[in-house]
Amino acid sequence: MDGEIGNGVMKTASNGVNEYENRRLTDDEFDRYSRQMIVPGMGKEAQLRLINSRVLIIGAGGLGCPAAQYVAASGVGTLGIVDGDVVEMSNLHRQVGHATSRIGMKKVDSLITHLKDLNPLPTYTPHPFHISSQNAADIISKYDLVMDCTDNAATRYLISDICVLLQKPLVSAASVQKSGQLIVLNCPPAQQGLIDKPYPPCYRCCFRKPPPPSAMVTCGEAGIMGTVVGMMGVAQAGEAIKILASNLHKPSTSTNPSAPPSENLCQPHLLLYTYDLASGIGPYTFRAAKMGGRKKNCFACGENSPSTLTLEGIKGGNPNYEQFCGLNAASTTLLPKEERITASAYHQAKVKGELPEHILIDTREKEHFSFGSIEGAVNLPFTTLLTKAFKIKRAGQEEGKAEDILPPQAKEVSEDAPILFVCRRGLDSQEAVEKFKELGLDKGGKRKIMDIMGGMKAWKDEVDPDFQFI
Amino acid sequence: MGSSEPTSCETIPITVEFSGGLEMLFSNKAKHAVAVPSIDPVTNSPFNIGHLIRHLVDNLITDDRTDLFVLDDHLRPGILVLINDADWELEGEEEYEIQSGDAILFVSTLHGG
Repeated sequence: MDGEIGNGVMKTASNGVNEYENRRLTDDEFDRYSRQMIVPGMGKEAQLRLINSRVLIIGAGGLGCPAAQYVAASGVGTLGIVDGDVVEMSNLHRQVGHATSRIGMKKVDSLITHLKDLNPLPTYTPHPFHISSQNAADIISKYDLVMDCTDNAATRYLISDICVLLQKPLVSAASVQKSGQLIVLNCPPAQQGLIDKPYPPCYRCCFRKPPPPSAMVTCGEAGIMGTVVGMMGVAQAGEAIKILASNLHKPSTSTNPSAPPSENLCQPHLLLYTYDLASGIGPYTFRAAKMGGRKKNCFACGENSPSTLTLEGIKGGNPNYEQFCGLNAASTTLLPKEERITASAYHQAKVKGELPEHILIDTREKEHFSFGSIEGAVNLPFTTLLTKAFKIKRAGQEEGKAEDILPPQAKEVSEDAPILFVCRRGLDSQEAVEKFKELGLDKGGKRKIMDIMGGMKAWKDEVDPDFQFI
Repeated sequence: MGSSEPTSCETIPITVEFSGGLEMLFSNKAKHAVAVPSIDPVTNSPFNIGHLIRHLVDNLITDDRTDLFVLDDHLRPGILVLINDADWELEGEEEYEIQSGDAILFVSTLHGG
């Protein structure tokens, strides 16, 4: 099936595993890979294994770009890339396999353009759509190793489940804001349901349940340092290269006794990386935590898993990954209509001079606020607000104590003047209203507390298109 | 046993760390030196990770969103606990009895990329 890759001729070894003939490297290959081939532990055999391997990178973003660059440069034979998005300007500070001149292009095509220039020898296969329960098995089955470079929990569980069923090693990384995590799973792959001896864990063994949606943060909300996610992507490539060069990606079964011993991979380490912008002592911290092996009761790979997880089931929508990650349940409306005002209604009332004296509190973090807000707004970041509210509640609600949470500007308006909240997209502002009422700041209804619906996003859409919204 | 028992007055020093965004709930500080009782005053049993989690909610958390740390009296899903750099599942989870000098790390799992 891969006869055209390199000059290797596939033969079937006595143990049933496909091996490639030991061939002479082409002059191009020899020249290009010489510096990595002379590293102790690599050599010609390891390079041929790389050349004859097929890697799938799922996600062509902050992790996928650096991962793909190093995997391609190292000389794997086939590199598949899955992503349905197009390149946007806001991607480029971290997604360094794309380019300003390729904004608007499909990410897979943009990245492959870059990779072909870097190393024309591998075969590049674009998969220009998002991975789903319907297409995941078909795509993953064509590769030897999978790299999870995606950006959400539901997809991470799906990819891991398919990798268990198809016996593919999975190099998984994630990164948000100033932190990153990396772990090698299912490597060497073992048949689903086996528990007779230690086997490597899958994603579900290590992370049995996803966090509630309220606790999941995305790079779009929390931000992301390019170097942090870049470091994780490069480390991911390093693990993938190591696995392929060492032949660890082959399923370990009793019919494949030649599979190398890999006790250490049955209890892999989770790499944790934190980067501290404020620390002058150490700019970064790496640490590694020892994880457990395959769990007897794991839904995907444990003792009874063949009855709970199958390829047919996944294709038919079972399990439902969105539901498992609680994505359908999230409600975005907490407050009744009379406690809310639209951005445009607020603006019109203000222009007409119909707005009563009030205080407007912007609950975005100060980094967001630094790019501008509605005229007259004062900044009280949501996390600070919650911390203050918590202290007040813990101290007991003595008379006057709750007022301490109000910004100093509140003293400039009458004490029953309405309080309005605005946030980024309209959820924190509603919680802020509820929090203030809990503290009794609405004085039993005498003081109105409201929120601006849809936050500064709505303000930009309805009122001020020039507003710099992040 | 009452609180006058000398054993319940002893405290053990440990380090508690938060990562992956959880530090936000604990005065935005990643590393805390914490002294915990060697015997849990409520259950009168050796102080374990389960007790520590309650202790942190009662004494160290500085944010109102305790549900980002505990749900139904247990650690919320999506938080890994590492006891001296090993997954707590290797150490007995909530039952692990705290030893002097232990480093306990709470990490929220990340999904972005």
